[in-house]
Amino acid sequence: MQIEKLSLLQKIGVYIATFFFLLFVLMPFIEMIRVSLRPMSHLMTADFTWWSEDFSLQAYRDMWVTVPLLGRYIFNSIFIATSVTALTMVVVVPAAYAYARLEFPFKTLSLGGFLAVNMFTGAVLLIPLYRVLRTLSMLNTYWAIIIPGVAFLIPTGIWLLRSYLEKIPRELEEAAFVDGASRLYTLRRVVIPLAVPGLIVVGTAVFIGAYAQQFLFAITFNNVREIQPLPAGLYEFIGYQDVTWNEMMAAALTGITPVMLVFLFLQKYLVAGLTAGAVKE
Amino acid sequence: MALVAETAAPERMQRRELSDRAFAWLLISPAVLFIAVIVVWPLIETIRLSFTDATLGGENWVGLQNYAALFADPKFWQIVGRTFYWMVLAVSLKLIVGLIGATLLNAAVPGKALFRVLVMPPWVIPIAIGVIGWKWMYNGYFGLISGLLQEFGLVQDRVALLATKTSAFYSAIVTDVWVGTPMVTLFFLAAMQGVSRDLYEAAWVDGASRWYRFRRITIPQIMPVIVSMALLSAIWTFNSFEIIWILTEGGPRGATTTLIIDTYKVAISSQRFGEGAARAVVIVVLLATFSLFYLWFLNRVNRHYGAK
Repeated sequence: MQIEKLSLLQKIGVYIATFFFLLFVLMPFIEMIRVSLRPMSHLMTADFTWWSEDFSLQAYRDMWVTVPLLGRYIFNSIFIATSVTALTMVVVVPAAYAYARLEFPFKTLSLGGFLAVNMFTGAVLLIPLYRVLRTLSMLNTYWAIIIPGVAFLIPTGIWLLRSYLEKIPRELEEAAFVDGASRLYTLRRVVIPLAVPGLIVVGTAVFIGAYAQQFLFAITFNNVREIQPLPAGLYEFIGYQDVTWNEMMAAALTGITPVMLVFLFLQKYLVAGLTAGAVKE
Repeated sequence: MALVAETAAPERMQRRELSDRAFAWLLISPAVLFIAVIVVWPLIETIRLSFTDATLGGENWVGLQNYAALFADPKFWQIVGRTFYWMVLAVSLKLIVGLIGATLLNAAVPGKALFRVLVMPPWVIPIAIGVIGWKWMYNGYFGLISGLLQEFGLVQDRVALLATKTSAFYSAIVTDVWVGTPMVTLFFLAAMQGVSRDLYEAAWVDGASRWYRFRRITIPQIMPVIVSMALLSAIWTFNSFEIIWILTEGGPRGATTTLIIDTYKVAISSQRFGEGAARAVVIVVLLATFSLFYLWFLNRVNRHYGAK
């Protein structure tokens, strides 16, 4: 459209500004890749240089020795995030449907209550949670990281999925009702199949959230190395006096590959789905 | 057909009306139960513990003693002040960077689809991993930032950014802004795309410049999103734990200790549950007051700009 047309000079300006903006956003990644490719001895002794002759993949081999449980950490991260996502969705789907379709007392109030949960990050509730988990003998088990994780993703999940379900035409459900289908049957056989794209968006958002938030619960409620997720596992190594930074970076990059792949496959739907609520209809 | 629907409707509606409530409660009960056990009950328990001297050993009721000690401590007020400064500064920067980013990503240039994907990685990866990357870059001996500053002759010697009080605080702010940028940018971009084209065209026909259109159309139109994003961002930033913990653990000499960090240290690291709980209650009260005040403000902004 004519109005949006930029002159060549303006375009160049946009590109330069975008370059610096993305440089800020991607700098840590670029730097992590650069460091992971250099031998530790050169990182420590040589003066700072951008380029060097001795790029190698050695760190990607050595990291498995330095961080013996690396594979386990990565598996734990994915396992915990997947469990959290599955549990969250089981709880969120019916609730989101209720908020999207049904009228009931305290509807607005209870939805507001759910959203208010966002105000309390885990840190505020850690003390009683610690005691609850200890009473239930869940400390130092996967449950200690999974259960609190689910609770703090439920509100966002309900909020996102509700706005998606509201867009599904009511007529299809009405038709099922008229045919004498029960409510639960309609939800299972009519609504859920129609909501699959929305479920994927919300599921992915919950998965990424679950993957991102493991650190606090892991370092507080768990001190068994074998079940530690990646961020907590690596953090332990960062605390040491002699950090083999190139291997840490290689390990971190390897560890985030699965979630980056999930994101790349689904980014188109994800970005549209997440922002749907922000745009005026 | 119409006749059938008309006669059947009232009875069916009535039947459903009754079971609507029961069915709805049935559907939301698992979520309610979960939140009740993991959030509401611990919250009540936190309030109760704040009136005790609970440790691992046991607990005694001490009334308001924890609060009295807390409010009498000048250090505590320093931490409260620092937390609000941290929040206001980081949120303002996030909003500004996000607004610039969204404007750039909204520009009609080839490659914008790619740029929109490239802005997301800090949000996709675990916060802790990104922060480990920053910790390396702040490193004094061979970190990128120190190296660049030397390269450009801005500093003579290597600077360990996390080692001095002021630089550690502002370094943590930069990392926090970095973590928050993708979300803010994405929401602003979506809001910008939702602004009606007619408004721009009308202004364009009247000869309004791009800057004028941005100031007088884009900003007012997306104001409701800016304001609600600011609240969400403020809550997250106030509660931000991992960034500071991994970078500095609240140091050097308390320079990056916010309320959350202080609470964690007292409650979890030293296992003084009672005193920690009192701090947690203060956080909840401060955040709730702030949010309510802010929502009132949001309401006024929405009315002012005539949105919904």
